[in-house]
Amino acid sequence: MSDFDAIVVGAGPAGVSAAITMVNGGLSVALLERGPYPGAKNLMGGVLYTDILETILPDFRGLGAPLERHVAEKRWSILSPDTSTTVGFRSAKWDEVPNNHSYTVLRARFDKWYAAQAEKLGVELICGVVVDELLADDMGRVIGVRTRVAEGEDPTQGELHAPVVVLSEGANALLAEKEGLRTPLETRDMALSVKEVIKFDEEKILDRFGLEGDQGVAWEFLGDATKGLPGAGFIYTNRDTLSVGVVAYLDELDEAGLSPVELLNRFKDHPAVRPLLRGGELVEYGAHMIPETGFDRKPQVMKDGLLVVGDAAGLVSTSPKHEGSNFAMASGVMAGETVLEARAKGDYTTIGLSGYSRRLGESFVHAKMEQFRDWPKFLRDNPHMLASWPSALAAAGEAMLKVDNGIGGADGIGGAKAPDLESQLLDIFNRKIGLLPFAMTAIQLRGALRAFGWGKTDKVVEYIARNW
Amino acid sequence: MSDKLGIDERLYANETRPAKESHLSIADAEKCLGCAGKQCTVVCPSGTYTWSDEGQRIVISFENCLECGSCRAVCPFGVITWRYPMGGAGICYRYG
Repeated sequence: MSDFDAIVVGAGPAGVSAAITMVNGGLSVALLERGPYPGAKNLMGGVLYTDILETILPDFRGLGAPLERHVAEKRWSILSPDTSTTVGFRSAKWDEVPNNHSYTVLRARFDKWYAAQAEKLGVELICGVVVDELLADDMGRVIGVRTRVAEGEDPTQGELHAPVVVLSEGANALLAEKEGLRTPLETRDMALSVKEVIKFDEEKILDRFGLEGDQGVAWEFLGDATKGLPGAGFIYTNRDTLSVGVVAYLDELDEAGLSPVELLNRFKDHPAVRPLLRGGELVEYGAHMIPETGFDRKPQVMKDGLLVVGDAAGLVSTSPKHEGSNFAMASGVMAGETVLEARAKGDYTTIGLSGYSRRLGESFVHAKMEQFRDWPKFLRDNPHMLASWPSALAAAGEAMLKVDNGIGGADGIGGAKAPDLESQLLDIFNRKIGLLPFAMTAIQLRGALRAFGWGKTDKVVEYIARNW
Repeated sequence: MSDKLGIDERLYANETRPAKESHLSIADAEKCLGCAGKQCTVVCPSGTYTWSDEGQRIVISFENCLECGSCRAVCPFGVITWRYPMGGAGICYRYG
């Protein structure tokens, strides 16, 4: 006997999107969440790209989505221990709805709101429920979940049954692992983010970051931000808080013997970062893993009666664009649509559910994951990109911007000669980078540029060769 | 500022709902004796794992846990048993 037409495990962006899609298709849906409310266990940087959300809830702004600020400006800084070099991009177009579909959010607030929208549409949201195991019939088909809740408050009676389960359990993916859909977590695949939320007066955030109204900034820091490890530091402006943190891969932290807190302290204490954070009050400290298995080591996403979505399915872009929550929402929709299709056919086996892997394979989610498949490897193979290049950039900046007219020599002001900048820069290049390593990296960078979507690098090279 | 102090100050800002029992355990503590890196004590962002010289074992302060799961991935012997805390208990992000 089924209790529901479908059960969703985990009320994050993927699970809620799946639940809404299915309830809109007329199914009875249970949405289980282990936290006391949706979002209680969830954390990201972060910027939410709302292009998918808009297709699910077109009026999400009118429905009061707790968006902190729209991203009016993006900044990137390359840090060396005592310098920073920054580029930024701002467009007034981003100040108009749809705001380039980019908003800073705090996930505990956003996820709670998003799950409440699902509830309004008829989804049965049950919080405080841990799923430890999937139930299977004697054919091995998933037919429900085994639940665990605090004593004396079990509305689910330990088991819930449904012909299909959507698994949106997040990055840890304990159940997916148990079901044999993915191998145990590997440290090279998992990035760890540690993050603080720091409270300020709203005015202070506006003034300090050059913002007005609902404008926000998404600012990433490379190089010394992570002590030269692949990863980044970040500051995202929220309404009256800043999200400040660092991301690094577990194997790199392990090899360097670095604790994430040490890395975070270092980043916050950098001379270019410290003044931005001055005077705030720490209101929360959190940590979360990011599954960066990427395109080449994707976990399996289905078995009879089961679909896996979001982080649990490794649906994260391993690119500098950091897409994940929108991929999660897209996968939830695709899983939901597939379940509706399977129900119409009355077939929840992998044959009936095959539409999910087909949809995923044809979607932008896989396309983008494929596009950036080589990017993490490129960074790992070229550690000097994030270590010695920033220090070369620092030295070049210092040389170019230094006020030095050679004053103070024996020949007086009339005889002063400024140092030869060109030879200084060449010297910095040779000492800090070197022609051969540069050339090797540049060749590989062609592959990485392809990853950025500039697929015509061959033609660019040809053009330069012809016209140089 | 020591790292440990840093972690405690940070955790103090958080809301955590207490669980009756630990959701973390070490399946085979013998392995820890021969573990050179003791990665769990380094990589865990909330200082949940500390090595006791006296007891010659890892001490788990499960109430510190932010439930990120890093320890499970970094343990070279794969002996950290990890399950989710009881429904409704554990870290409770208000911002996230």
